[in-house]
Amino acid sequence: MELTTVWFVLIAVLWVGYFVLEGFDFGVGMLLPVLARNDTERRVLINTIGPVWDGNEVWLLVAGGATFAAFPEWYATLFSGFYLPLLLILLALIVRGVAFEYRHQRPQATWKGWWDRAIIVGSVVPAVLWGVAFANITRGVPLDADFEFTGSLLTLLNPFGLLGGVVTALLFLTHGAMFVALKTDGEIRHRARALAVRTGACAAVASVVFLVWAQVETGGPASAALFAGAAVVLLLGIAAAARGREGWAFTGTFVTIALAVTGLFVALFPDVLPSSTDPAWSLTTTNAAATPYTLEIMTWVAACFTPIVIGYQAWSYWVFRKRISVDHIPAVPLVAVDGHA
Amino acid sequence: MDVVDIARWQFGIVTVYHFLFVPLTIGLTALVAVLETSWLRTRNEQYLRLTKFFGKLLLINFAIGVVTGIVQEFQFGMNWSDYSRFVGDVFGAPLAIEGLLAFFLESTFLGLWIFGWDRLPGPLHAACMWIVHLGTLASSWFILAANSWMQHPVGYRYDPETGRAELTDFAAVMFNKVQLVTFPHVVFAAYLTAGVFLVAVAGWLHVRNSHPDDRPMYLKAVRLGAVVALVSGLAVAVSGDVQGKVMTEVQPMKMAAAEGLYQTTESCAPFSVFTLGSLDGTQERYALTVPCLLSFLGTGSFDGQIQGIDDLRETYEEEYGQDPGATYYTAADYVPVIPVTYWSFRFMIGLGMFGAGGAALVLWSTRRGRAPTGRWFRVLLVALPLGALGGNSFGWIFTEMGRQPWVVFGLMTTDRAVSPGVSATEAVISLASLTAVYAVLAVVEVRLLLSAIQGGAPEPLADHGDAGGEYPDDAPLSFAY
Ligand code: HDD
Ligand code: HEM
Ligand code: HEM
Repeated sequence: MELTTVWFVLIAVLWVGYFVLEGFDFGVGMLLPVLARNDTERRVLINTIGPVWDGNEVWLLVAGGATFAAFPEWYATLFSGFYLPLLLILLALIVRGVAFEYRHQRPQATWKGWWDRAIIVGSVVPAVLWGVAFANITRGVPLDADFEFTGSLLTLLNPFGLLGGVVTALLFLTHGAMFVALKTDGEIRHRARALAVRTGACAAVASVVFLVWAQVETGGPASAALFAGAAVVLLLGIAAAARGREGWAFTGTFVTIALAVTGLFVALFPDVLPSSTDPAWSLTTTNAAATPYTLEIMTWVAACFTPIVIGYQAWSYWVFRKRISVDHIPAVPLVAVDGHA
Repeated sequence: MDVVDIARWQFGIVTVYHFLFVPLTIGLTALVAVLETSWLRTRNEQYLRLTKFFGKLLLINFAIGVVTGIVQEFQFGMNWSDYSRFVGDVFGAPLAIEGLLAFFLESTFLGLWIFGWDRLPGPLHAACMWIVHLGTLASSWFILAANSWMQHPVGYRYDPETGRAELTDFAAVMFNKVQLVTFPHVVFAAYLTAGVFLVAVAGWLHVRNSHPDDRPMYLKAVRLGAVVALVSGLAVAVSGDVQGKVMTEVQPMKMAAAEGLYQTTESCAPFSVFTLGSLDGTQERYALTVPCLLSFLGTGSFDGQIQGIDDLRETYEEEYGQDPGATYYTAADYVPVIPVTYWSFRFMIGLGMFGAGGAALVLWSTRRGRAPTGRWFRVLLVALPLGALGGNSFGWIFTEMGRQPWVVFGLMTTDRAVSPGVSATEAVISLASLTAVYAVLAVVEVRLLLSAIQGGAPEPLADHGDAGGEYPDDAPLSFAY
């Protein structure tokens, strides 16, 4: 395989990793006002992702960095072209990130209420906008001969793009509910499972419409197989949730998201950003790529370190494998009781 | 203002902001790891309490370091897309490797440390913090290698066909001579910052004296911080001195601009501590100078020659006026903004060294259990960390503004680096919204830090610190958000 193809695959892997992991974080954040009835329950939800959300977010940073290194033209065009949506995503990730750490620092309800809002908005906005972005990437955007994006914000907010946003939001919501069902105990676990089945059904309908549309627009046989697989696995996952098999249910949404994102990348290949103005002006894995020397160095680094990263991330999930219930939440955040003022 | 100016303001603001939190993170992870290791070795509970206390302050600080870093990663593509196209082949690799090697390590092991008090045996728990610290060092290494390449491009060739810089020697980029002097300078500056932070926080709790039993514990932390700050301060000065020589060699204009030196001085160039006169130094009313010091800083010998701005401008015009990567050259003035370089250089050295001097004073006045409480001591405690943070910021402002008009020295000017497709409106929205969010976060962070400091070091809890990975299923979490 050519190195440019290898890097296309690796970047797809990084995005898949990002969406399957941060996908459930976003879901848990969006579920805060839906699943939890009081502060303790909200803390149960937040603590299911507490130790891992930052590590999940790093998949995005590495995907960005790897795109910069392996396909500089892609990085330059995409990020300057999708300027405002990306800015919104960054602002959302900023308030969301500090919210986890700051929410528990003070006991007042108003204080917590503000940070809860930050978590909710900070989860919804990227969950929708990543879908909008990826729908547009797959189908192509107006690029000129210098690979500059010539559209505007409204170009990106087309029906296909918006549907993409709805699909990612619903999928992440379901994925998050499955995660909560897997990681908590007590009432909240049952509520999460029931909810997962319902949002799962909506997600399934929206996804099927979107994937069929994507397939008609840009797909080939391989993407068709992947999209079909994603739909089938999603239904299996929902069925597992309905039967109370939470491990399988979560695996279901995990695999669904992985297959769907892989399908989008397969449909994209060998372009990395098609030009809807003139196909000759599309960015491809060849004309966007870095030099073979850079790719070779990056390949060595990735080959040595990716397995190590996956290893210790998996270990951290193992360390925090136990379910959490309201009984596990210390009555008042420890930090407030044991300091003496 | 055009897009270039707006993008420059944004880069300056968000980067200096990011770098207020970064040095504390680098330094505090090391100090918290030292404290926790001391607890494990001595079983002296004071160390456990200090670990928890400074660990909490570290987390409040770390949160902002993380979220502001995300902006850094993406704004190259958003605001500086022509820069990204031009250098991506060289500059992207360290950035990607930083993420893979450092950020994963930091975030995963910090999560384990925060939530793992009762899930991991003590030594493993302490090891997590050491690993986080390693991660911060790796992060610094790669990002500084990227920045050093912009200061002094090596290991690349310019390809006229693609119009971009292409990597030819990765090792040369990693061990750039600018990088080799910048890394120790920045890391020691970070230890200095965390050292004086320890002094200030523990010193204040000690002076306040609301829990007399705890005073010996705080005094210990004060002295630990002071020793770290003093040693690091000396290391910063030594490495800064070497850095000055490398800088004179690779960017002579920056040294001349640091001094506001217009005429070449054949030998024994004086260093002016401060000057009163016109802002750009063309007229001088009064100047306090140290004879020959500039020659020594720049060349290592008291009678070395230091080139002046006027000569250098001509030299640069001859050299770069022609054709260094033709498409990327615009004839610009080769002289950076002199008042900024002149004063930021002095503030960096002055404020930073004030930290080391202050630490020495603290060590001396706390010798053999002495406990100063005077007003001067309180003022010193507040001033120390602010000075160190200021030293870091002015250091970067000097380094980056002194390189102007280049974004990559000798290869690409800053005005050519900006995104052609981004409108001034978009850029302003971005600048304004990021600045506003950062300002709010600054207020929240300072308040949280102050009230956490007020709280003092927590009393140890029975189930804390060393459950050795054994804990009953229904026990409450040792730490919960
Ligand atoms: C000398 C050190 C240094 C310098 C010059 C910079 N940073 Fe930084 N950065 C760190 C040292 C660091 C750190 C200490 O490693 C941080 C602080 C908090 C953290 O997680 O790591 C960090 C955080 C941090 C993060 C978040 C990581 C996470 O989520 O865990 C990103 C994406 C960046 N940085 C990226 C950058 C970029 C693109 C920079 C250049 C403009 C930059 N940093 C300057
Ligand atoms: C390791 C990475 C870097 C760090 C830590 C860093 C840090 C800084 C700092 C502290 C400033 C001073 C802000 C000011 O007062 O203007 C600055 C300015 C600036 N930096 Fe960098 N920088 C880095 C890399 C870059 C890169 C990759 C670019 C590429 C576009 C860049 C472009 C600029 C520009 C345009 C300015 C504004 C200069 C001016 O206003 O005169 N920097 N940077
Ligand atoms: C005798 C004392 C010092 C000397 C001679 C010195 C010298 C220098 C020089 C020459 C540079 C510019 C390097 C370049 O442009 O390539 C620099 C940058 C910098 N300095 Fe210092 N410095 C001193 C003290 C300090 C202190 C005390 C701090 C912080 C507390 C500090 C923080 C920085 C930072 C953050 C930078 C920018 C990053 C870099 O390029 O290293 N410096 N210093």
